[in-house]
Amino acid sequence: MISKDMKVSKLRNGAVIDHLAPGMAMKAIEFLGVRGADSLAIGMFFESKKMGRKDILKFENRQLSREEINKIAVMSPEATVCIIKDYHVVEKFTASLPHEIEGIIRCSNPKCITNNEKVATRFVVQEKEPLLVRCQYCERAMHGNEIEFV
Amino acid sequence: MKQDLAKFTGKDVISIRDFSADDILSILEYARKFENYKQPILQGRILATLFYEPSTRTKLSFESAMMSLGGSVLGFSEAGASSSAKGETVYDTAKMMDGYADVLVIRHPLEGAARRAAEAADIPVINGGDGANQHPTQTFLDLFTMLKTKGTLQDLHVGFLGDLKYGRTVHSLAEAMSHFRCHMYFIAPEMLRMPDHILGELKEKQIPYLETERLYDVSDKLDILYVTRIQRERFPDPLDYEKVKNVYILNEKLLEHVKPDLKVLHPLPRVNEIDTALDKYPQAEYFQQSKNGVTVRKALLSLVLGVRQ
Repeated sequence: MISKDMKVSKLRNGAVIDHLAPGMAMKAIEFLGVRGADSLAIGMFFESKKMGRKDILKFENRQLSREEINKIAVMSPEATVCIIKDYHVVEKFTASLPHEIEGIIRCSNPKCITNNEKVATRFVVQEKEPLLVRCQYCERAMHGNEIEFV
Repeated sequence: MKQDLAKFTGKDVISIRDFSADDILSILEYARKFENYKQPILQGRILATLFYEPSTRTKLSFESAMMSLGGSVLGFSEAGASSSAKGETVYDTAKMMDGYADVLVIRHPLEGAARRAAEAADIPVINGGDGANQHPTQTFLDLFTMLKTKGTLQDLHVGFLGDLKYGRTVHSLAEAMSHFRCHMYFIAPEMLRMPDHILGELKEKQIPYLETERLYDVSDKLDILYVTRIQRERFPDPLDYEKVKNVYILNEKLLEHVKPDLKVLHPLPRVNEIDTALDKYPQAEYFQQSKNGVTVRKALLSLVLGVRQ
């Protein structure tokens, strides 16, 4: 019988990002980068009681800053993070949206300066539920379902 | 509420959103001191005008304001006359101005360009219009005109007529008026109605508003009628412009359907949306409004440069 579980050895030290929205793992890696991790396990479209399907990332020997984790919340508001030390979960928390999001969302306004000159985007989170962000340059408001990542 | 005007020294004027109701009222009250005021309080100061798009009133009224306070002006009035034609970014051009001027005003077709310029420059940056987004000094002069003619900004019934989709002046003005419990009437053809994101904000703030295509449905309720030009240059499709360009033309017939003390405002330039026959009536406030632009810009230059009377 073939196991349906993905065979990934337990982490000694590092971080696990669980409950990523299905399909967002690659985008999250693109954003976080892989530099600094000794190994990285990527799981996509796993079955989840809570979400139906989910993605998971396991970073070995890679620390995640609170700021990085909170930005993951923009991509996936239900994401949870476990910090592992000596095979034990020493910290577990849910990502929370930062007040300001820099560099990861594309402005939907084609006439925004961020789509015409080399400028990192900046958005302020106006509402968390449902998500509403506003471009700090052209002031266009965008709902969660309109968000595209850079 | 009285505020310390020193808080505006060095401040950028990018968006009306950056100003609270108290800020707005303080600035308007201070601006009253600048009516017919000509003293060289800004002597030795230089204003840079970076105009990447054509402008008559904004550019000239800034220049007039600066010169009537004893300051000097340098700048350009089309993108082709600047290094942007060579590919220079807004950031670099604005950064360079730190060495050339004490304050800069920028008009640019891209939305957010003024905010970007403010990130680059250490000197105060004033937004003279960024695409269809903001034109805060126009908003200040519009509010100044309303306050001067009506004595208050509270509880006014304000009609916005014409191009409410692309018109940045109406977007900024509606946002600013939402501080003052106004009743707003948005009068526009379906194609040019006020954008949903602005209506959404008014709903959130529980500001009463009404949308209609027919002016005479609401004209007798209005204290202010703010008319805008249908702007050919903002239409992606010229055929759409042809469909709506003559949809509202105000003439003397309007006066039969309005309160006698209605004031008609217009940011100008007008094309044909207000018949010149209306100009002679006391309701026509748009040329005085334009003059108020110099007054308000004098006050803003004085405030951001920290040289007050």
